[in-house]
Amino acid sequence: MGSFSESLALALHLVLAPDPTLASIVFRSLGISATACAIACALGLLLGAWIGAARIRGRGAVLALLNTALAVPSVVVGLVVYLLLSRSGPLGWLGWLYSFPAMVLAQSILVLPVAAALTRQVVEDVDQQHGEQLASMGAGSLLRSLLIAWDERYALLMVVIACFGRAISEVGAVMIVGGNIDGFTRVMTTAIALETSKGDLPLALGLGIVLLSVVLVLNALVVVLRRWRLGRSEGPAMVPSAGISG
Amino acid sequence: MNSQPAALDAPPSVATRAPAHGGLIRLQGVGVAFGAVQALQGVDLRIEAGERLALIGANGSGKSTLLRVLNGLLEPGCGTLLRDAASRQAMVFQRPYMLRTSSLNNVALALWLRGVRWREAREQALAALARVGLAELALRSARTLSGGQQQRLALARAWALQPQVLFLDEPTASLDPHAKREVEALMASFAQAGMTLVFASHNLGQVKRLASRVVYLEQGLIRADAPVEQFFDRSRLAGLSPEADLFVKGESA
Repeated sequence: MGSFSESLALALHLVLAPDPTLASIVFRSLGISATACAIACALGLLLGAWIGAARIRGRGAVLALLNTALAVPSVVVGLVVYLLLSRSGPLGWLGWLYSFPAMVLAQSILVLPVAAALTRQVVEDVDQQHGEQLASMGAGSLLRSLLIAWDERYALLMVVIACFGRAISEVGAVMIVGGNIDGFTRVMTTAIALETSKGDLPLALGLGIVLLSVVLVLNALVVVLRRWRLGRSEGPAMVPSAGISG
Repeated sequence: MNSQPAALDAPPSVATRAPAHGGLIRLQGVGVAFGAVQALQGVDLRIEAGERLALIGANGSGKSTLLRVLNGLLEPGCGTLLRDAASRQAMVFQRPYMLRTSSLNNVALALWLRGVRWREAREQALAALARVGLAELALRSARTLSGGQQQRLALARAWALQPQVLFLDEPTASLDPHAKREVEALMASFAQAGMTLVFASHNLGQVKRLASRVVYLEQGLIRADAPVEQFFDRSRLAGLSPEADLFVKGESA
């Protein structure tokens, strides 16, 4: 108990006092997750919106695959990306393994199904209720999906925040493809795992506090956005439950 | 949107050419099924230019399905739909969907979707808003308008497209009496301007005020099709269609 309170006190000291090591890990984490989130959302929002409005053959199978992809463990994604990027893998020529781009790629793949699946649900709900009105004006499925996605932009903003939360809190994929190299590919989650195994609990706890704070801020942002959106709009809330967890 | 009509005995035929025997739209033996439910059966209907055709019937009788077939939103499972490829159509729904933008942009978007350039679309949209008395609210967010105003905005959106045929699916069903009168007045003025109106309604008073012809549907079948005066002449209606007579009696009670 005494060791925990001592560690916590030291952790708080580390967080509050400017520490270059801690700061570099935090900023690296934010940079990787933000980049991965931007890439995954750019693709996932478009893909999800299109699937939400298009009535294609084999749609059921596509949805089943998409929903299954939501549950893929991050270590599996890490393993696949590792195999792709390893020297003998098909993308080995890129020389990305144990680098920032490899970690971005792994997190993008991890987050893409989240962005696509949540967007699909938002767009499909609206399309089922009102899509025929847009169709009667001459909008085909692609245009309809884009119009609905734009119209539901506040709901989709929450999807983006949920995706960022998923990216920044995962540990398996970045550990495998990044290698947790000090000062180079070490991020908050991998550092927590390492420092815990080394017994440096204050630094691990300090990083945990920062990580929780980031997730807390994101969740608070979701709540504020939801309230703001409900205040502005009058229709039924089409907002997916965008709570963020590790 | 997501319900696809099941294929029936005869393959459907949708042709975008002028019906051979005149009229704007012609249906021949049209049937639509949603799974085991037969929404329309053997519907023969010809709509002439300038008509004000009311579709009446109980819930589930096939009014909305027929409107969607006529507007091309739903492909019939069997039968033939003939319509002039050059004829412009628009549809107003019971609960209009307005995008999260200004009233002006909502109308302009409908024009843009039909190929009008955005700047011209906005100019035409403003004129359409003035036509329904909403010019002052052009820059207001469409979602913040009242139900009646939103329905007038939907009518402006339709008017902007200058359709030859306007389909309306119970356009006043969820409005208060004042908004209902405003929407009815606009529908009447559109008809006066030469627009063909095809509307579904449960309100027989509204049908009497606006329609020139009434089609009564029951379980997907047309049970009566008569000019409005003849339809509401009870002595003649009983002979024409006992089912329609019963419906009118029930609704009037």
